[in-house]
Amino acid sequence: MAKFHVTATVNGEEVEYLCDPQQTMLDVLRDELNLTGTKEGCSSGDCGACSVILDGRLVCSCLALGAELDGAKIETIEGMAEGDELHPLQQKFLEEAALQCGFCTPGFLVAAKNLLERNPDPTETEVRYWLAGNLCRCTGYDKIIRSVLDVAAEMRGS
Amino acid sequence: MPADKGGNGAQSGIGAAVRRKEDFRFITGAGRYTDDITLPGQSYAYFLRSPYAHAQIAAIDIAAAEASPGVVAVFTGKDVAADGLGGLICGWMIHSKDGSEMRTGAHPVLALDRVRYVGDHVAVVIAESLAEAKAGAELIDVDYEEYDAVVGVEAALAENAPQLHDEVPGNLCFAWELGDKAATEAAFDRAARRVTLTFANNRLIPNAMEPRAAIGDYDRGTGDYTLYTTSQNPHVARLVLSAFVGVAPEHKLRVIAPDVGGGFGSKIFIYAEETVCVWAAAKLRRPVKWTAERNESFLSDAHGRDHVSHAELALDADGRMLGLRVHTRANLGAYLSTFASSVPTYLYGTLLSGQYDIPAIYVEVDGVFTHTAPVDAYRGAGRPEATYLVERIVETAARELDMDPVEFRRRNFIREFPHQTPVIMNYDIGDYDASLNEACRLVDYAGFADRRAASEARGRKRGIGFSAYIEACGIAPSQAVGSLGAGVGLWESAEVRVNPTGSVEVLTGSHSHGQGHETTFAQLVSDQLGIPIENVEVVHGDTDKVQFGMGTYGSRSGAVGMSAIQLALDKVIAKGRRIAAHLLEAGEEDITFDGGSFQVAGTDRAVPFADLALQAYTGHGFPTNEIEPGLKESAFYDPVNFTFPAGCHIAEVEIDPETGVTHIENFVAVDDFGTIINPMIVAGQVHGGVAQGIGQAMLENCAYDPESGQLLSGSFMDYCMPRADDLPEFVVGMTETPCTTNPLGIKGCGEAGAIGAPAAIVNAVTDALGIRDIAMPVTPERVWRAINS
Repeated sequence: MAKFHVTATVNGEEVEYLCDPQQTMLDVLRDELNLTGTKEGCSSGDCGACSVILDGRLVCSCLALGAELDGAKIETIEGMAEGDELHPLQQKFLEEAALQCGFCTPGFLVAAKNLLERNPDPTETEVRYWLAGNLCRCTGYDKIIRSVLDVAAEMRGS
Repeated sequence: MPADKGGNGAQSGIGAAVRRKEDFRFITGAGRYTDDITLPGQSYAYFLRSPYAHAQIAAIDIAAAEASPGVVAVFTGKDVAADGLGGLICGWMIHSKDGSEMRTGAHPVLALDRVRYVGDHVAVVIAESLAEAKAGAELIDVDYEEYDAVVGVEAALAENAPQLHDEVPGNLCFAWELGDKAATEAAFDRAARRVTLTFANNRLIPNAMEPRAAIGDYDRGTGDYTLYTTSQNPHVARLVLSAFVGVAPEHKLRVIAPDVGGGFGSKIFIYAEETVCVWAAAKLRRPVKWTAERNESFLSDAHGRDHVSHAELALDADGRMLGLRVHTRANLGAYLSTFASSVPTYLYGTLLSGQYDIPAIYVEVDGVFTHTAPVDAYRGAGRPEATYLVERIVETAARELDMDPVEFRRRNFIREFPHQTPVIMNYDIGDYDASLNEACRLVDYAGFADRRAASEARGRKRGIGFSAYIEACGIAPSQAVGSLGAGVGLWESAEVRVNPTGSVEVLTGSHSHGQGHETTFAQLVSDQLGIPIENVEVVHGDTDKVQFGMGTYGSRSGAVGMSAIQLALDKVIAKGRRIAAHLLEAGEEDITFDGGSFQVAGTDRAVPFADLALQAYTGHGFPTNEIEPGLKESAFYDPVNFTFPAGCHIAEVEIDPETGVTHIENFVAVDDFGTIINPMIVAGQVHGGVAQGIGQAMLENCAYDPESGQLLSGSFMDYCMPRADDLPEFVVGMTETPCTTNPLGIKGCGEAGAIGAPAAIVNAVTDALGIRDIAMPVTPERVWRAINS
């Protein structure tokens, strides 16, 4: 079967790839572009481990097809830090140990970043509902929620 | 260095909230989990699984699959058997009360002629791509003869029930007992009051966020096998795969467990999939990779809990406990998983004394096979079931005696240590009043009546529930567990390698899959050797690097793994003192080691640790015919006893009677884990454990259709995992009585939350509703029905 030739922007850089019709965006990121920070937790859009930002919107990359992404702008965990400078959310997760096994963490960071871009002053309830699409089995979410609220406050102050 | 890559320098010793060294790679997407690894020439495995709970395989036709595009090979149970591989094993022998050995049938890697649960492994297709492997699997023609199935313990024990294994008449694996039956009966005979309760401990699916995965590799030049896998205990995997399954000789098999995305028990066990990957890699002379899809995790990861219990508590006229009698039926699933038989027996019955001075206890446990996925250890493993039983019946007894549940607990607490329970355990130390009092303070128990009145005024029902749990961690000593049927020792190993520059590598047999060992273990080394934490590297998860180890489960890594490191560190310091005596021209007895420096006591003559390390490797400054050059020490630590973390969890809930929705208003966890190395990491362990405990109590339930044996809760849409909007902020408190039986005083913290929380929630809900019992999970529907029945 013929492969699709796709040109997209990933983390600010133009990339070209060939993909099969059935390959998801997640497959393409992990297998074709070697961006393995985005994880597969369920492949049904229920766990958020594969969260990326597609043209400004938070999506589960397991639910989009790689062939659909011609001209798209995609942001993944690998593009969150600017060089060696961590995003404030990454820095706070590090300071507060808001992660344990780390598997769901890229999805949480990407989702939280997108939340704060849309809503710089979320309530705790808004943070909990926004992140309810991301499953974590280790942390009980407590430190994640605290960290996002703290970063929101710090970013508003700066 | 622009980015903070972890490590706080000065404040890095025991008790400091050091940032986790492992986190930089995780927050940047640079973690390296098994599925992130791609080997050259890698092929992909897909397992064809049984769609039936119980069926005979009359025939399998693989010809079309073998001819399918991209398919490299198709294997069935016959191929595995033809290569002489053994079946999967259970490493703990349980004896029934009549002295007979537990009964079990064979557990083939791939099914031979019978499948026994939905998801059982029928065949594997290996192809150039996963899509081609799946397409090939669709072409396998299996002729199944479907039989009746049983999924619950009562049904499986019924007369004429469908039979799982020819070797196991009546589906009864064992009928085990513990305790003094006659003494317990005598206690009940003289009791002024008896309280009884019959309930289930609901079946759970672990669901670590990283699905299980494996890559088998084989080097035809050297004959070396390598298995990358999501394991909590890679050395045990290597031992089982070599000594029992016979995939490869132990010295030719390297097992690597890289970053592992959570385990909670489910990654202790040795499963069919990794066995097939490493076996097939050698057959095909190329790497074979398998990663579970989430539905496979639901179907085939070992599940947890699933007990039905009847409990009776005998009390005297003053509300003092006289005896506890328990009969439990434990669902083991279709086959005995790696440690399945120990969970509802020695990890359960031995904890039934709880925090209470109960003179007589007798417990019977029937282990039962059913046509469901194997059941094994899941966070807490037997101890959550024990705590749930004890704390539910204790709360019920307090209500029936019309006593305050706090007062009732205080009246029966153990206060003198060491305390020998009637069920094997010897508690070395604890202070149960302290954790109860602190939890009551943090939840403001005194103000509860007012809060309840305020809720009532708003038409809501408020309740409070207590759970004074105890657990046993660091299962040991090896000789004792061996006498109880364990097939392995339960010590831990450590090696401390000091480099010539004074930096240190610590090799540990423990395995970190979220627990933060790279940080806490480094904190210990930093503290003891007086070197910066940045100069310490913790190495684990690779059988070629670490000689042997028992892995991480049962909250053992702090209490056992770190004790082994401490012993190795003691040896390093002892050798350092001998070398320093020569370098400083003093008697060895005059050399002290403190603050990272060896010095002659009472003088300013000193040699810093790093300088001594270099001297140890040059061998210039001491007689190497008396002291070997180099600075590297190892230790195997076998504990003399379990450790006994304990604490008190209190849940306060408010229920909306219109909808049946329960809202957690407060959740307080006060725990006594002994010595704390890193309070930030410990708090996270408590949070995560409590979340899983609340999940069991309010949300999660593994359900099989009782007729067909189909898994009904086989996706995240059907199995309700706790999400961020389901959980409250947790209040965590600590008390501390250091363990008396290990060098650091550590008790372990990994499972306490999952052990303590369920009873606290259900006690709170039943308190709010004024009812005796309600089944877990306490869903809105169940609560609504309880209110409206």
